Amino acid sequence: MAFVNLKKKEVQAKIVYYGPGRGGKTTNLEYIHAKFSSRIKTEMVAIKTHGDRTLFFDFLPFDLGRIKGYDVKIQLYTVPGQIKYNATRRLVLRGVDGVVFVADSMEVRREKNVLSLRNLQENLATYQKNIFRIPLVLQYNKRDLSEQGIPLLPVETLEKQLNSKLKAPCFEASALMGTNVAKTMKKIISMTIASLQRDLK
Amino acid sequence: MEYTLGQEHLENIERILQKDFMELGVHCVVLIDMAGNVIASLDNGDMTQDIYSLAALAAGNFGAVSAMAKIVGEEDFSLLFHKGEKENIHFSKIMDDFLLISIFGKETSLGFLRLKVAEANEKIKKIFRS
Repeated sequence: MAFVNLKKKEVQAKIVYYGPGRGGKTTNLEYIHAKFSSRIKTEMVAIKTHGDRTLFFDFLPFDLGRIKGYDVKIQLYTVPGQIKYNATRRLVLRGVDGVVFVADSMEVRREKNVLSLRNLQENLATYQKNIFRIPLVLQYNKRDLSEQGIPLLPVETLEKQLNSKLKAPCFEASALMGTNVAKTMKKIISMTIASLQRDLK
Repeated sequence: MEYTLGQEHLENIERILQKDFMELGVHCVVLIDMAGNVIASLDNGDMTQDIYSLAALAAGNFGAVSAMAKIVGEEDFSLLFHKGEKENIHFSKIMDDFLLISIFGKETSLGFLRLKVAEANEKIKKIFRS
């Protein structure tokens, strides 16, 4: 539910990083915060447990600058990935304009990705949103782990399992190293803005 | 579901916030939606807080409280109040989708503020429905 303020000529849009627990959603935001510190003047807000797991959400406001005379503010959120936190996950999705699904490439997490994606579809549906229509980008995270000999799912397998019907843009990434983190973000921002422009016409 | 508020609506909302809250001595008043977007904000010039983070947290907080309400068999808790040493925060729900946040100090009486919130609530509802 993006908000357009005609008086201040400002647009606020919400992008949520979704995915299974320990998949790297918070790490994506931490990297963005560090990398784009000149554009992000505030601290990242994180509500987490003592074990450093996301309890409610992380929040990072990102000023995009002016597009067609409007000051565009993007609000980046993550959700808690653990299955038990579904109620809070659903709350964070309220008013979402675009989603990045951060999939875990590790072979042992295969089923968790599928469950989380299905959960995203269900939670979006509670807000009358369709996973096939909302701006969505898939990120296959942790690709760097193959160098350490950890068995990863081939990208083709991930594509087949998660993206065969969705056909969303996808990126191989390493949130920890920063590989393709900015690319993922730029893609979802441009898709979200394009979708807002379509809807506002 | 995007929504747009025109200049006239926003000016009317700001006028209400100015008259009912800022003139009462409230330090800062913010109208947000439940997605955490800031619709209007006014402050007395001394506030240095990050309004956008506050709005995101307030929307999340309110969502969590609503879920708690359902567990104890209430439809909703329509207002919330947090008391601090110097600053206090009052949250009040406006219709289903909006939240009015007032930050105020010791010099403002909570009872009077609640009265003003109730009045402003009705006025803002009218604007959204018009």
